[in-house]
Amino acid sequence: MKLRRPIIAVIMLLAFGAARLPFEERLSTELRTAHFHLARLDLDMREQLGQMGFLAALSGIRAPVADAFYLLAYAAWENVQWGRMKLDYDVVTSLQPRCELYWQTAGWQMAYNASAAAINDRNQPREALRLKAQREYFKLGEDYLLHGITNNPDKPTIYNDLGMLYRDKLKEHCKASEIYRIYAKLPGALAYGERFSAYELAQCPGHEQEAYARLVELYNRGEKEHLPTLLKWITILQEKLNIPADKRVHMPPQEIITIPGDSKFNKTPAKP
Amino acid sequence: MNALPTATRHQVFSPARIAAIASNTLLELIRLKVFYFMLIFGLIVIGVSPFLAKLTFQEQFQVLKDGALGAMTIFTWLLAVLSTAMLLPKDIEDRTLYTILAKPVPRFEYLLGKLVGVLLLLFVAISLMTALFVVVLKLKEVSAIWEVTRTASPGALQEQIDSIRAHTFTLNLIPGIIFIYLEASLCASLTLLISTFASSSIFTIMISVVIFIIGHVQPIAREYLLASHGVSAATKIWLSLVSLLIPDLTALSLVDDIAAGTAVSLILFSKIAALGSIYIAVYFLVGYFVFSTKEL
Repeated sequence: MKLRRPIIAVIMLLAFGAARLPFEERLSTELRTAHFHLARLDLDMREQLGQMGFLAALSGIRAPVADAFYLLAYAAWENVQWGRMKLDYDVVTSLQPRCELYWQTAGWQMAYNASAAAINDRNQPREALRLKAQREYFKLGEDYLLHGITNNPDKPTIYNDLGMLYRDKLKEHCKASEIYRIYAKLPGALAYGERFSAYELAQCPGHEQEAYARLVELYNRGEKEHLPTLLKWITILQEKLNIPADKRVHMPPQEIITIPGDSKFNKTPAKP
Repeated sequence: MNALPTATRHQVFSPARIAAIASNTLLELIRLKVFYFMLIFGLIVIGVSPFLAKLTFQEQFQVLKDGALGAMTIFTWLLAVLSTAMLLPKDIEDRTLYTILAKPVPRFEYLLGKLVGVLLLLFVAISLMTALFVVVLKLKEVSAIWEVTRTASPGALQEQIDSIRAHTFTLNLIPGIIFIYLEASLCASLTLLISTFASSSIFTIMISVVIFIIGHVQPIAREYLLASHGVSAATKIWLSLVSLLIPDLTALSLVDDIAAGTAVSLILFSKIAALGSIYIAVYFLVGYFVFSTKEL
């Protein structure tokens, strides 16, 4: 075979390459817009994955490599190695940023398991330091969930977890309310999102009026929305906002009304 | 006087001849017992389950999907490269090539028949793997649903069943499997092109492996080339060569994200499928261009 043919073939391939280059560049942008190829594969990642793992991740099998590290993180959790576990979850979430399960698990492990271990740490006699460590783990959990939302703004489950973290652990009710509000608007979100947002807003200082309006709006939707927690918050806010008796939407049975964290409004209704 | 029977006119292009060569290639490859890899695939898909027993259903399904789709990617690619790299050298060694080309079979049809045979083999392989994958996932789904039916409260039961179903085999995974097939087909076409001028099968396989790896980082070179200002001429030449000669395999390598739940729109799917098909066609045509005058 004359040598000319392979050379012409190479020129043909170069021409094809030049023709496809702009199309591929546009396609690449479109793929990123559609949330593909968001994985971060840099030198830090290479160090953590090792040579073979990095090569495997580069060769189009990122997901199984991420799973392997996910199982390692699980093993680290079983062995109570929180630092190791965090490193493994960093790898997992960097390799598969579109898998909400990984963000949720990483956030949960940090904010709930690691923080519980920190507060119950028998090797640390000073409570202040145990509380500080606990708080730091809450924040690590929050970090995972916030990054998870950045990478998966379309998936409701991470918003739900973050809302729960703000509500139950960090006690940041204003943030919890806002997160639940966004959650409720996403496709696939469960019906409680809107209610939870209103409950949390009721505990957000300075937003009682808005919270009351949202709770009343939910109440007016009908019997199925007349849930105990909703009624409780309506009752509390009616008291707190001094809503005139004729404008109150719900009259509770005679019982002790307790406003969490607000002793000024705690009172026992007068007997008729 | 009776007229002589009219001789069948030789057709310049005959799909029947291509089909004959393709089916023969497929049979030859099947006789090489290439489907033994299915045993390994089966072991991965079924054998991995006991190790996942501690995980939640959602985690088990995710690991199973990732592992199975990863194994499908690797096995179809290996099958594509190894079987294609052997085609021409084996036909030359067995002298089958000379027998075929001595007949009125154009080289174009011979080469196309060979490629179609490999593509059929890949199709059979990926269909078998998909079938096994779906069966295992569905069995696990049934087992998971049975488990929650026993343990979940009646109010939460339907929600949990829906959640389990959403995490097993869904139609969203099908584009991912089609992309695996397209990527393997592209690699087969490229391997065929390399084997038209390669001196040995080993050389062909090595080059194909290197291109597969570089193909997954090609976008980095392309982006750097398009954005680079003030880089040295040597760097620019190197980046240009990588960007122009090596295929962008990341465009087809979407199965990881699809397994994580990212959906592909129909427009995007069409564009990617078109790109993959164009790659296959161009590599085949360039391969034919080299093979058409090759001294055998």
